[in-house]
Amino acid sequence: MAEGDYSAGKNTYREGNRFYASLVGLSNVAGRTIYVVALRGCYMPVPGDIAIGKVIDLRLGGWIMDINAPYAAILPTSEAFGRMFNSRKDEMTDFLDVGDLVVAKVVAFDRTRDPVLTIRESGLGKISEGHIVKINPTKIPRVIGRRGSMIGLLQKETGCHITIGQNGLILVSGKNPEDEAAAIRAIHTIEQEAHTTGLTDKIAQLLKEKKVIEH
Amino acid sequence: MPLVNDLGLRLDGRKYDELRPIKIEVGTLEKADGSAYIEWGKNRILVAVYGPREVHPRHLALPDKSLFRCRYHMAPFSTEERKNPAPSRREVELSKVIREAVEPAIFTELFPRTGIDVFIEVLQSDGGTRCAGITATSLALADAGVPLRDLVVACAAGKASGQIVMDLSDIEDQKGEADVPVAISPRTGEVTLLQMDGILSGEEYERALNLAIQGCKMVHELQKEALRTKYSVAQAEEEELEKAEEEEATQK
Repeated sequence: MAEGDYSAGKNTYREGNRFYASLVGLSNVAGRTIYVVALRGCYMPVPGDIAIGKVIDLRLGGWIMDINAPYAAILPTSEAFGRMFNSRKDEMTDFLDVGDLVVAKVVAFDRTRDPVLTIRESGLGKISEGHIVKINPTKIPRVIGRRGSMIGLLQKETGCHITIGQNGLILVSGKNPEDEAAAIRAIHTIEQEAHTTGLTDKIAQLLKEKKVIEH
Repeated sequence: MPLVNDLGLRLDGRKYDELRPIKIEVGTLEKADGSAYIEWGKNRILVAVYGPREVHPRHLALPDKSLFRCRYHMAPFSTEERKNPAPSRREVELSKVIREAVEPAIFTELFPRTGIDVFIEVLQSDGGTRCAGITATSLALADAGVPLRDLVVACAAGKASGQIVMDLSDIEDQKGEADVPVAISPRTGEVTLLQMDGILSGEEYERALNLAIQGCKMVHELQKEALRTKYSVAQAEEEELEKAEEEEATQK
């Protein structure tokens, strides 16, 4: 990929003085760091990420969640009850049961241990309504757009509330099913055409057309 | 009937250093994390990659790296006579050698406690399926976004009717004197698979090995081409997008 006085950034590795990309992607240089933007790949949790997960198991210490990563995440009971969990007084399934969907935040993860989640912030917690759309995690930045332009457009045009999980799951909740369907269609279009120019304008056009037809 | 005629041409009309026609497609399967399909002569092989994902059963997971598993399987209809779909001795062996040929190229240490699974399905076989399988496996892994040091590539050479030839077909493999499949990591030239079936003299072996490596390099070009075909569109468009963004920034 390159040779010389650089440092190896994300998705790259060096051998002697030469730099190589370790996966298919788009190469970039920022200062003296070379990095590659992946076009495909799995989600690797990063502390601070918002992730949408599904409860797959209950343990004494907390809920085990599938967050679409190679590792199952744990949501500790103390997160939900705000105090030490007492198995005599509290019933874990009253709060979250297997199959429930949750918007959570990753608080810790380092590959040697499973990621730990929290729901003690506004906007986080159990999902009670809306649609979940699953896309490739590498396409999430496209759905958000530059400085949130794309997501802003989607919310404005469809009137839906959209929560994006960095793990490739997106929650769309709107006032009526038609709006939600429009937003979902738009998200799928974004995923398929993630790397075309003027995508934001294209989506704006698409959503406007839909509106005209509906009314 | 000789496998190589007086003009030096083989049964399918190839010269001693020619490959069979190869067609590679990346990202064939929708549901798999990564996939590739290869047509190598009459071989038809489909490879699917899943992972990195959680390992089941859990106790197999490794604390320091990803568990790389590989299953080579021939469909019952892939051969002249029906093949029993249960894994045969040969398939178990091929699964192992393919795993060991490809694993050195993967950054398994980046995903401790996870597993990467590869499924190689031979839909139609025509000699040299392990080589075609390895070649397609590295592409499927790249398609899955698994970090790789290199695209491992494989090709065979051997001896048929007294001649050292590249990329043996099914008949040459069965009726010929020897078969030497080789897999290399093309960037470094490291050999990750080297087997020999049959008898060759020292000098013949040397020639066969070099011919196989030469074949690997030819296949590697096709490999890169296949990846580019799938992803070049994205590349070009991204560059355009970046340019537009830069212009926008300068205008401001």
